[in-house]
Amino acid sequence: MAELGCQEMVELVTEYLEGTVGWRTRRRIAKHLNECDACGRYIEQMRETLRLLGTVPVDSLSAEAQSTLLAAFRDLKR
Amino acid sequence: MGRDEGELIAALRAGDEAVFSRTVSDWSRPMLALARGFVSTEASAEEVVQETWLAVMKGLDRFEGRAALRTWVFRILVNAAKSRGVKEHRTLPWSSVSGEDAGPSLDPALFQAAGEAYPGHWRVAPAAWPEGVAVEGSVLAGEVRGELRTAVDALPDRQRLVLVLRDVLGHSAEEVCQLLEISQANQRVLLHRARTTVRARLAAYLEGS
Repeated sequence: MAELGCQEMVELVTEYLEGTVGWRTRRRIAKHLNECDACGRYIEQMRETLRLLGTVPVDSLSAEAQSTLLAAFRDLKR
Repeated sequence: MGRDEGELIAALRAGDEAVFSRTVSDWSRPMLALARGFVSTEASAEEVVQETWLAVMKGLDRFEGRAALRTWVFRILVNAAKSRGVKEHRTLPWSSVSGEDAGPSLDPALFQAAGEAYPGHWRVAPAAWPEGVAVEGSVLAGEVRGELRTAVDALPDRQRLVLVLRDVLGHSAEEVCQLLEISQANQRVLLHRARTTVRARLAAYLEGS
């Protein structure tokens, strides 16, 4: 099977990290990473990006909306 | 039904306000993101989430526990958001992969073209990122978080939603597929494009700083 190019590698990164590549592709990826520091760095940066994404704050409901809901909850249970 | 799940339902049915507040606060994050995937504005999404909680409170006694409570709540939300989206004439083509999702996800100019010495290989290897990017509490980590948030906000709707649910809020691929009624393959395509774009934007920022 033809050797994996870097551009192809980059497009396989998500499947690779998700663990959804077949064993043949996995072997080609391993071989490529063994020889290509640039792609190794790319994957590390992707992992870093995912770690950092996990720290990005996401909005919840406004405090006002939350207290309106709490009041409704209280009324319902009364 | 797990023990925690059973306790949660019992506390909500008993009118435990602390438990209710905490659940609303935690679950409303993914709920807002989800609702935003189907309706036109942030305000609309907020309303859908509020409506959902009102429906949940009223329906809690009828909840039979066939699915997890969270799944049940999220399903009510998605249905409400979808009908709202229809009223607002906003429909996202969730079932198909569209133009914005086709072709290479990373700029082809970064790779050598046919006829060059090593076609398909990096023209220039990705530059190393400075130390301290991931150091919690560092100035750089704070700036990076801001940059990431901008990058996430700029993603196309479907890609943003999948990435937020998976990588920011930590939901599983299975849950996301189920909620959005998309295939694993479709979910992965959207996630892949979103991740590639976000990493590239972060790289550009770090290399420029």
